[in-house]
Amino acid sequence: MNKKTSIWHIIVRSGLVGGLVSFYLAAIGIVETFSLRNLIGTTISIGMVFVASGIVAAGLLTARALQKEKFAKGIGASMLSGVVASLPLLFLIFLIEILVIQRADQQVVFNWRNMFVNFSPGLEGLLTFGQGLALGIPLLIVFCAALGAFGGLLVLLPNHWRLPLINGLVWTLGIGVFSENVAQIITQIAGRGLVRLMFQQKSLHPVAALIIFAGAFVFTYSMVHKKVQVRWTNLPSSRQKQGRVVGIVLGIILLLLLPWLVGQFLSQALFIVGLYIMIGLGLNIVVGYAGLLDLGYVVFFAFGAYTMGILTSAGPLGLSNLNFWTALPFCVLVGLIWGFLLGFPVLRLRGDYLAIVTLGFGEIIRILATSDWLAPFEGGPQGVLHIPNPVIFGYTMNQPQAMYYLVIAGSLLVAFVTVRLRDSRLGRQWMAMREDQDVAEAMGINLVQTKLLAFAIGAAFSAMAGGIFAARLGNIFPHSFNLLISINALALIIVGGLGSIPGVVVGALILVGLPELLREFTEYRLLMYGILLIVMMLFRPEGFVPELTRKRELHAKDEGFIDQNMEAVETTKS
Amino acid sequence: MLKQRLERFSWVDIFLRLFQVAFIVIIVIGVYNTVTTARYTGAQWATLVFAGLAQGSIYALIALGYTLVYGILLMINFAHGEIYMAGAFTAVFLAQYLYNIGILDSNPILGIVALILLAASVSTVIAVFLERIAYRPLRNAPRLVPLITAIGASFALQYTFRGLYGAEFRSYPTVNVLRGLVNVFGFKVPLVQLVVLGAAIVLMVALYIFVERTKMGRAMRAVSEDKDVARLMGVDIDRVIVTTFAIGGALAGAAGVFNGLFRPQGVYFFMGFFPGLKAFTAAVLGGIGNIPGAMIGGLLLGVIESIFPNLILEGLGIPSANQLRDAFAFTMLVLILIFRPQGIFGERLAEKKA
Repeated sequence: MNKKTSIWHIIVRSGLVGGLVSFYLAAIGIVETFSLRNLIGTTISIGMVFVASGIVAAGLLTARALQKEKFAKGIGASMLSGVVASLPLLFLIFLIEILVIQRADQQVVFNWRNMFVNFSPGLEGLLTFGQGLALGIPLLIVFCAALGAFGGLLVLLPNHWRLPLINGLVWTLGIGVFSENVAQIITQIAGRGLVRLMFQQKSLHPVAALIIFAGAFVFTYSMVHKKVQVRWTNLPSSRQKQGRVVGIVLGIILLLLLPWLVGQFLSQALFIVGLYIMIGLGLNIVVGYAGLLDLGYVVFFAFGAYTMGILTSAGPLGLSNLNFWTALPFCVLVGLIWGFLLGFPVLRLRGDYLAIVTLGFGEIIRILATSDWLAPFEGGPQGVLHIPNPVIFGYTMNQPQAMYYLVIAGSLLVAFVTVRLRDSRLGRQWMAMREDQDVAEAMGINLVQTKLLAFAIGAAFSAMAGGIFAARLGNIFPHSFNLLISINALALIIVGGLGSIPGVVVGALILVGLPELLREFTEYRLLMYGILLIVMMLFRPEGFVPELTRKRELHAKDEGFIDQNMEAVETTKS
Repeated sequence: MLKQRLERFSWVDIFLRLFQVAFIVIIVIGVYNTVTTARYTGAQWATLVFAGLAQGSIYALIALGYTLVYGILLMINFAHGEIYMAGAFTAVFLAQYLYNIGILDSNPILGIVALILLAASVSTVIAVFLERIAYRPLRNAPRLVPLITAIGASFALQYTFRGLYGAEFRSYPTVNVLRGLVNVFGFKVPLVQLVVLGAAIVLMVALYIFVERTKMGRAMRAVSEDKDVARLMGVDIDRVIVTTFAIGGALAGAAGVFNGLFRPQGVYFFMGFFPGLKAFTAAVLGGIGNIPGAMIGGLLLGVIESIFPNLILEGLGIPSANQLRDAFAFTMLVLILIFRPQGIFGERLAEKKA
């Protein structure tokens, strides 16, 4: 934005952007769906938070553009931008009014409700606070102005007020959204009484919300005030090291105790997160290190699961009735072999062609798995049934908590192998190949061998996860191995940061863990994935926990690493 | 000389060659068995071929969108299938309305043109919007970045339309005039298939003339040749790219209406994904970036998909071969990309890209 952009231009622009976001969320039904789910008391629902988010964003954007202006001017502008942001919502109310409500009792040829399924009187009621149009519309505008000003505050306040405010909000909303899970944890630790005090059904009690907000606020305020971060960096390095060791030990203890703190349901969620960490680490080798975009990665997961199923199943398809521990190495082996076999034909392909071919492989194998042709071997659409749970020292691991330990052990093993590989000669070859294949080849790297090893090792990790998955579920069906698993895995390593191991963990927690907890969001899960992928690529392509080289590469221009000539080279190459 | 050649011939090549030969042998055996056992009559084959052509013309229209965008940006617009869905899904409501008030039967040409216009404009708006929001800011990013954005956009669009119009299937009404069979070379062919094929061909010819004869078409070709030089010659790159997306979107929208006219299965939010992939296959088959290639590739893919399960798989004794129909399209895709990535007609763009 150039300097001459007038303040009105900024206000209107950010207002419309924010308002359209709210309009969009309302039109696709998120707002009404979540209006039933109360967050705090019986007045504030998740749906309202969604509507408000767009308006707050409008104020935020305005204030960001006017950061250098005076405080009062900035707040005034954000407030106005909130008013502008209410316009799309008013338009939505208008549409619902004339298209749906006014025509409700007439005989109509074209029923708009049939097309726009979410343009309901209920939505209009929500947007006008159930007060009718005459009172509701002014009320909405006032609220929007307040929310816009609030968005401005979030940017313009000085840091020692701003951070506590944001933290307080995040904690209150977070506990409200995850109320069920928080309630479970509290029940495990402190018993039912406290839960009854804090929550009314799924919603936070207003007083409890206030206490949480105040607590987070005061805590952050004192942290900022005491300059904790600065003091930490000023500590002598030996003390810092000690501190870190203590942190790691605490982390490990927490990791081991976790399933007993959170109960069965959350342990199952953690199990799935762990599974995706294994898959993500495998895909990370292929995509993050070797730079080969693979969209058919689910294939290897499926091979692992089916190998486990066929080797151990007690049903008619079971071949050998091996136990879990002897079958698992076979899963890994099958993964290796298939990674090798499917990697072979695509050796000569690069970039997006590779992506599409692997996607094709994934679909071909899924179609074959569901067909009648192969049904005598792997069950066709009926799948493989009666796969036993793993047994260790006579103890059957049929509880989610037990499987949690198994999958954590697996993830740690895979992470360890990944780290060792990354720092090995092979790892450096992968990364050289990722940066530039031709140069890598010229440097004497055997591309065939390097690529095949990337495919095979990545596949082996995924197959191992598949084996564990099959043993946990007991029955496997071909339709559970669909494209979405590949997309999930890809999205999580991208969101975490390509090539970064902590990134995989963070990505799995965000993209797999959160949706497991937020059952209500299932319907909108993929929408959020899609939007998240776009937003990440636009604003933070290196991911949340980026690997250093990749971050530099993607932000080379901002940091001035690349001069004019290099830039010219880059553009001709692309 | 021979020694040099042998040295350059690596074991990867040998393996790929064997793979190729094995495939050809399988296909030949399958075809031989089917033909010698005379499982189907000539009329049955003709029915399959015409159905394949009609389906293929839809693939071709979508494929043109991939090819146009790829020719100019060297980028696979993974969300193009969703652009097709957007048009088809929106127009179904108008189609039901027009059917209810009787226009679709009393004045079918007007009705169908209205449907195509609506679908094309919705698809165009979505395509242009997508370019503006998701692709333009990333034009100079590393190659993987816009591809990932496109995958994200694909899911975001699917679920946006699911939220907007609901998750159920909606069917296009049957147009009475298009019912019935026509005699072509002594074979009875459903009229609707011929109409779809004909309309698609008209659109494709119009596109070809646009690209070859108009000023904007020349600018498009210039940009696909060399962006920087085109800019120096005074071509407004942004405008050309937006136009490209718009044309691709409009063709995809029209394809959506044709699809609705001759397939009664109904439309829903996920309908664009597999046709999108198959249309991409068609674009690759004809040589991506090559406009006539995409047209012929689409028709070819439609026919292959229609007759190959019966022609090859049944000959090999595989039960319920039609279950594997979709696998065929993807196998084609894999084989072409591996063995002849430049497509049947070959296109310099494939080399430039590598």
